[in-house]
Order: sequence, then C-alpha cells, then structure tokens
Amino acid sequence: MQKPDLVIVGAGPAGMAAANQAAELGLKVCILDEQSNPGGQIYRDVDRVAPIRGDALGADYTYGTRLTDKLHHANIVHMSGATVWAIEKGFCVSYTQNGRGAQIIADHILLATGALERPMPIPGWTLPGVMTAGAGQILLKQSGVVAQNAVLVGSGPLLYLIACQMLRAGSAPKALIETQTGADTRAALRHLPRALQGWPYLVKGLKMLAAIRRAGVPRYQGTASVSITGTDHVEAVHFMHKGRTKSISCDTVFMHHGVVPNTQAARSLGIAHHWHNAQQAFVPKLDEWGHSDFAGVFIAGDSAGIGGAKTAEAYGKLTALKIAEMTGRLTVGERDRKASPIQRSLSHELAARPFLDTAYPPFNAALTPSDNTLICRCEEVTAGDIRRYTKLGCTGPNQAKAFGRAGMGPCQGRYCGLTVTTLIAKETGQSPDTTGYYRIRPPLKPVTLGEIAAMDITTDESPQ
Amino acid sequence: MESDYVIIGGGVVGLSVAWGLLRRGRSVTVIDGDDGSFRASRGNFGLVWVQSKGMKQPQYARWSQTSAAMWADFAAELGDNTGHTVPLEQKGGYDLHFSEETLHATIDTYETLKTQLDGNYPYDVLGHNALRKEEPHIGPKVVGAILHHQDGHANPLKLLMALATDVRKMGGQVLTGQTVVDVAKPDTFRVTCKDGLTLCADKVVLSAGLGAMQLGPRMGFKAPIRPQRGQVLITEKLPKLINRPSLIARQVDEGGIQIGATNEEVGMDDRVTQPAVSALAGEAIAAYPALARAQLVRSWGALRVLSPDGLPIYQESADMPGAYLVTCHSGITLAAAHARLLPDWLERADIAPNLEVFSENRFDFS
Amino acid sequence: MKTASTFRELTREPRVEVTLDGEKLCLPDGANLAAALLVAGVTTFRKTPVSDTPRGPFCMMGTCFDCLVEIDGVARQACMLNVRAGLAIIRLPDAQVPNAET
Repeated sequence: MQKPDLVIVGAGPAGMAAANQAAELGLKVCILDEQSNPGGQIYRDVDRVAPIRGDALGADYTYGTRLTDKLHHANIVHMSGATVWAIEKGFCVSYTQNGRGAQIIADHILLATGALERPMPIPGWTLPGVMTAGAGQILLKQSGVVAQNAVLVGSGPLLYLIACQMLRAGSAPKALIETQTGADTRAALRHLPRALQGWPYLVKGLKMLAAIRRAGVPRYQGTASVSITGTDHVEAVHFMHKGRTKSISCDTVFMHHGVVPNTQAARSLGIAHHWHNAQQAFVPKLDEWGHSDFAGVFIAGDSAGIGGAKTAEAYGKLTALKIAEMTGRLTVGERDRKASPIQRSLSHELAARPFLDTAYPPFNAALTPSDNTLICRCEEVTAGDIRRYTKLGCTGPNQAKAFGRAGMGPCQGRYCGLTVTTLIAKETGQSPDTTGYYRIRPPLKPVTLGEIAAMDITTDESPQ
Repeated sequence: MESDYVIIGGGVVGLSVAWGLLRRGRSVTVIDGDDGSFRASRGNFGLVWVQSKGMKQPQYARWSQTSAAMWADFAAELGDNTGHTVPLEQKGGYDLHFSEETLHATIDTYETLKTQLDGNYPYDVLGHNALRKEEPHIGPKVVGAILHHQDGHANPLKLLMALATDVRKMGGQVLTGQTVVDVAKPDTFRVTCKDGLTLCADKVVLSAGLGAMQLGPRMGFKAPIRPQRGQVLITEKLPKLINRPSLIARQVDEGGIQIGATNEEVGMDDRVTQPAVSALAGEAIAAYPALARAQLVRSWGALRVLSPDGLPIYQESADMPGAYLVTCHSGITLAAAHARLLPDWLERADIAPNLEVFSENRFDFS
Repeated sequence: MKTASTFRELTREPRVEVTLDGEKLCLPDGANLAAALLVAGVTTFRKTPVSDTPRGPFCMMGTCFDCLVEIDGVARQACMLNVRAGLAIIRLPDAQVPNAET
C-alpha cells in the first residue's frame, strides 16, 4: 500500500465516517482497528449480526450498516484485527496484526478510539460475574448471548437500553439498582428546555422506561452503599434503599455509571487534556475541527469527549473536511460549506447532553471509594493505599504509581486512572488538572516481545 | 523554616542522605519536585551492582562493594522501621556474553581490577553448559557468563517508598511540588523556592539529579553532568524464569521480567522509541528465548545522571562552604553507603570515608 | 466437562471441540471465545498473579485484561479471540514457563 494521507485508529462511528468523507474527497485512508469486523463497540459486528438479531437490538444498532457499507471504497484500506501499540512523531504507527508487527507512516492521524466504561470501583466489583453494562451489550450484539438472573447497577440511559434489549431477548433483568437520586432529577430539570431540542432522545428514554415498567422489573432509585458479594463468583448485590438495607441474589451484575473518553493513544503523544467537570473525566484539548495541539493529530468521537454515536459520526466528517482542506483537496470556502449542515445537526445531537449528565451523574461512592475497595484491578491496589501514598508526598498519579503499582498492570491504568486522579485531588485539595494523569507510554496494548523483536529492522515493507 | 540541613532533591539519593542525617539526630528539610519531574529514582533498573564498575578507578569499585555489603542491613532496618520490606536478593549476578572474544576480554580487565583490589573480586566464569545448570532458560546464543558474587538486585520503588516513609517518621520535613530557584549564603543558607518559600539551614546538600546542572554552577560547583537516556521494558508477571539478574534482564520480585537498557545521548528527552524497544526485545530473546512469547506490558525511558567519567561526585563548594554536591548514576547501589557513610563526611567526622577521588578536582585537567 | 450456565444463547450454533486445561469442551465454531466459555458455564477464567483470586470477563472489548487465557504459550484476551476446532486453552497461572519459540 502506498503511504496514505490519513491513518485512522478505530473503526467506530467517528473513524468510519471520517474515512468515508475523506475517501470521497480523494484522500487515501488507512483504518486500523483491533476488532475483526468494523463498527466499534456501538455497532459491533453489525454487518454479520444485523440480519440475525437486528430486531432485538433495534434500529439504532442496525443503522451502523450504513457506515460499514461505505468502507468498501477504493481509497480506503480497512485493516482489521490490527492492534496499535505505539504512535510516534512522523507519524509512525506501530501495530501488530495476525501475530506480526508492522508499521505505517502518514502525515495525518485521526484517533477515534472511542469510550470506556467509567470505572465503578465498589466492593466486590472484581468478582467473576460482575461485568460492565457495555459488556452485557456486546455479549448480546456480537454473540447473541444473554444473561439470566442478572441485576443492573448504576445510572444512565445505557442501563435502560440494555434492560430493554434483554427484555426483547426474553431474559428480563431481575432488578435495576439505580444510584441517581431525586435531587439529581430535580437539578436536571433546568436543562430540560434545551434537552427538548433533542426530543427524539427523550422520547426513546421514556419508551424504554415504560417497557421496563410493563415488564414488572423493579427499579430501586437513589440507592447507596452498593456492594457485591460472593466467594468465587457473584452471589448477591447489597444496597441501601429508602433507609433500609436490601439484598438481591443474582448470577450476573452489569454495572454502569457513564462512559469516559479513551485517551490512552492521545496521552501517549503528550497531547494536552483538561478536566471536564460535567463528564467527570479528562478530555483532549481540540479546536472545532478536532485538531489537537500536536500538529497533524486529530481526535473525533467519544475519545474527544462523550457525545454518542451520531455526534461521533458528525465530528468524524468535520475532521475529514479539515484534513481535505489542509491537503489542498478543498478550499476553505468549500470546507465550510460542507461543514455547515453537519455543525447544525450537532447542536441537536448535543441538546440532551446537559440534561442527561445532570440527571444521571456518576455514583459518588465509586468516584472516591472506601479505603478497602480495590481501585486498580490489575495490581490490586485499594483506595486506602492511594490515600496513604498521598500522605507520603505523592502529588500526582505517577508518584502513586511508583509507590503502589496502580496503573502498572496490563490494562495500563484504563480502569484506575480517573479514580487515582480523583482520590489524590480530593486528598491534596488540588484540582484534577493540577493533579494530572498517568504518563502513558508504549505499548498502548500489551504485545509479545517476539512480535516487537521481529520489527528490529527498519522496514518499508507495506502491509498486505 | 530552619533546619540543620536542607536537601535539594527527594529522590533515592537525597532521601538516603536525609535518612542518615536524621538517624544522627540532625534536623532535615527535603525539597522535592512534582509528579512530572525527571526522576531517575522511578525509572532505574534496580540493580545493586558491583561488577564492571571502577575498571579505571578501583576506589569506585571499592565504594560500590562497600555499599553492596551494607545493603542487606540497611534494607532490614528500613523494613523494621516502616513495616514494609524492601525486597533485596544478593546471590550474584551475570554479565552475559554472546561471543568468546568479549567474554575473555572482560575476564582480562576483571583480573587486572582484582589485583588492584587485593583479590577481593569474587567471580566465576561459567561456560554455556555450566550457565544452563544455573539458568535453565538461557538461550543457545549465550556462550557464557561472568557470575560475580557481590552482585544482586532490589526493588527500587519499594526502597523509595520506605525512605519516604521513614524520613517522615523520623521527623524529616519533606516539601513536595517545589522547585528551588535560588541558593544564597549571606550568613546561614537561604534556599528560595519558586512559590517564594524560603528555607534557612546551616548546610545544604544538592542531590537534585539533573536539576544540579542548573543549580550547581550557581552554588559554586562545576556540576559537569549530563542526561543519558535508558529505555527499559517490563513484561507481564511470569512464573520463575530467571534466577539471577544481568544487565540484560532480571525477574523482579513481583514476577515481571525487566529488560534493559539503552544508552542514548539525546538530551532531556525521555521518550520511548520503537527501534530501541525492538532492539531490547531482540537481545532479551537471544538471552532467554522463552521471552518471545511474553507480553510486553510497559516500557519507559528515564534519564541517567552521568558525570564525564561515570563516577559519583561528592564535592563541598569552595564558594559556599557547607554546600555539598552529591550526585551519581548508581543511586540504588550506593544507597546504603549514602545513608550510612556519607553523613560522616558531611559532618566531618573522624571516621568519614576519604572521598577525594570523587571530588570535582578530577575534572580540572580535562 | 459440563456446568450449568447462567448465560443463554439466542440461537444455537454448530459446535467444535476445544480443550480447557486439557478437558474437552464443545463451543460454537467461530464464536467469541469469552462469550462461548461463559455460555459453557466457565466463570473463572484465571486467577490473579497478585492474590490468586478468580477473575472472569469484565469489559468484553479488549481493555480490562481480566479474561486472559493462555493459548500456544501466550497470554491472550479471550474476548478478542474466536473459537476454532482444536483450540487448547489453559487457565492462568500456568506454572510452566511457555516453551521457547523454535
């Protein structure tokens, strides 16, 4: 393959939309994605699954085929099963595919690495049988596998969505244990007028709630002190509800309290981030086209800040327009003309965000967990450990990492980083911005030494 | 704030010295940087190492031997005081060779040094088969190794944490997130930080690693130090695969295989690069072929603090008597000596070690 | 090897034979390995190297590394693999150091 004009990391809505837009404007595009089929997590495996289970998963899911279809463009090379492990200036992207290491070089790079479930460290969250709500959805989407005797814990529309999908698949969840409070709902009301501009989202939400009610699935709202117990596997969820302790036995727990940008790749390049208070997460600093402070590196979709699939698609297109202009395929005027309807659609897509963010805030007890709660799943570090390191002079996550190994395991801090920053910030009184985040280094995902060593010659050998 | 000593730099070197001074009943204030500071204490390889050191200066070999010999006792005391053990293993270490030529050339230099050290340089040469008995996973390309019995390795991060804990326990003040902008000596020392904080002390120790490049000359030191990048890899946790450490790889107490390290003159750039990572991985696989299937979990670049001859610098300032530069590349190996012996030198005790060969005078004629 | 599973498949796919820690197991051909093992009633995918406690799939999208299993001497994420006939799956920790690559 000749040197592409643009390398895109991630074949979700942002990556696919950008690829398509760029390809139509004549740019040569290469998409690297670690899954075997395009779609990202939201449209996971949609080409294969839509014809089989499209009905149960709903039209919002099958919509993904419109994006995957457009990947069959002469200007697009889609490399599946390709795990990017390093991005260096140049840009030189190192990845492995089918057990072989390789590199690709491009002047422009788009990181469309999506979102992660916000870590939800509560007692018992590492037990087998406890999974993210996203995992529950992926099981349904990709594999047609549904959990029986499952409880949903946390807050946010995704909980209702998976509840409805489970209902349609014939396995009603046993209960919804929701952490948002009446005060959250009341606080959200002031965002309602704006949210009404995004009324289709609200209607969908109300329909989901009605379906859950009709099915007789109990909802416990405003719950506190949520914990999970079991010996070798989850056995029950315990919580406080209206002043009483309750326990529900179950075999599976799906937990969720929002998603956060997956910033690992951007962080590894040293791109500046800032703390987004409403989303309680770091987001990269970008201009209106998704261009970062590292010239040539663009970020779009949920990895640029949580906005959902349609927003991701829109930003992916905008990024492509900007790169097309930068490479001389479009004049500034042409770029702006094409961009303007997309930008208008964005304001509708984002209208419901402030309402949803306020109505379904993260579960506070999982942002600053109790001392005994494990916060780093890989190295098994507790919240109390992090507080102790802070007293030993750690002013940020990298010192805490050196002292207690939080963030040193194979997930590389993806599921503890925000918790560690939040805990240290709380203890020191510093802002999350001052506290900072882990210094992310290659490999972005673990890769065997054999694969890496095999790259010990500068190859211009092109993939395929 | 006033104390007997202000120590600029809260890494392993500064905290080791602070610890030793506190044990002598001195009041100590340590000024430390922030989360993003260059920290060799966080990025080093963790060897407590003797062989190959001081090939041109036997005193350095002796100093390293002295420290290595004191390490176990030092680690035990830290462990007792803090309740957190500092893992240490001193059952020898290897210099692995892929060619007979380099093996024999190294033996020749070791023999010369051994004579200069009055025979105190205990090592054995292992051929491939003998090495394989010790290290069943060694690869066929390794022709042999020098097993030096005074070598070993520690957990440098646990050492750092134990020092940070015990220094505070003994009443040491540690100020974090600070940058020193000026050191003056109108009467006593006045150390000024970026945020305006001023500290007074009778003596000042500059152990700020690469930070001494800027501060040193202002305090009357030559401080001819430079950064040298070392890139290091670490794998997933594995069952026992490597018994003794070498400069190529060691298995850390948590189970991961640590692989090192490059020597790159690239200034203040601590990034990781694919060519270096690939080269390190290749060398480690040549030594231990089973590593080909191990997952690389992390890599990092860290900056060594190097003097022109690679030896430590211990120097009192002529312009500012009572100000001392303490800087070295091997802060882990020398931690025990810095904690146990350097305070005697700072306090001008009779039993102080003679550190003249490590003074800055050696750079006069260069 | 048969265990009651709390996960249910919506459609039954043709099975192939694999082994888990040496024991025979029939899983849907081409399925996501982590999902297939869950349906087969496997709950503990590995024990952690830090505290020897059990773990199973958590994120199903290749980011948490809790579903690691050993395939051909390499620790791999089960949620990123597909079932194929003859797959030999070993649960970690494997006391044996994987053999050197030939």
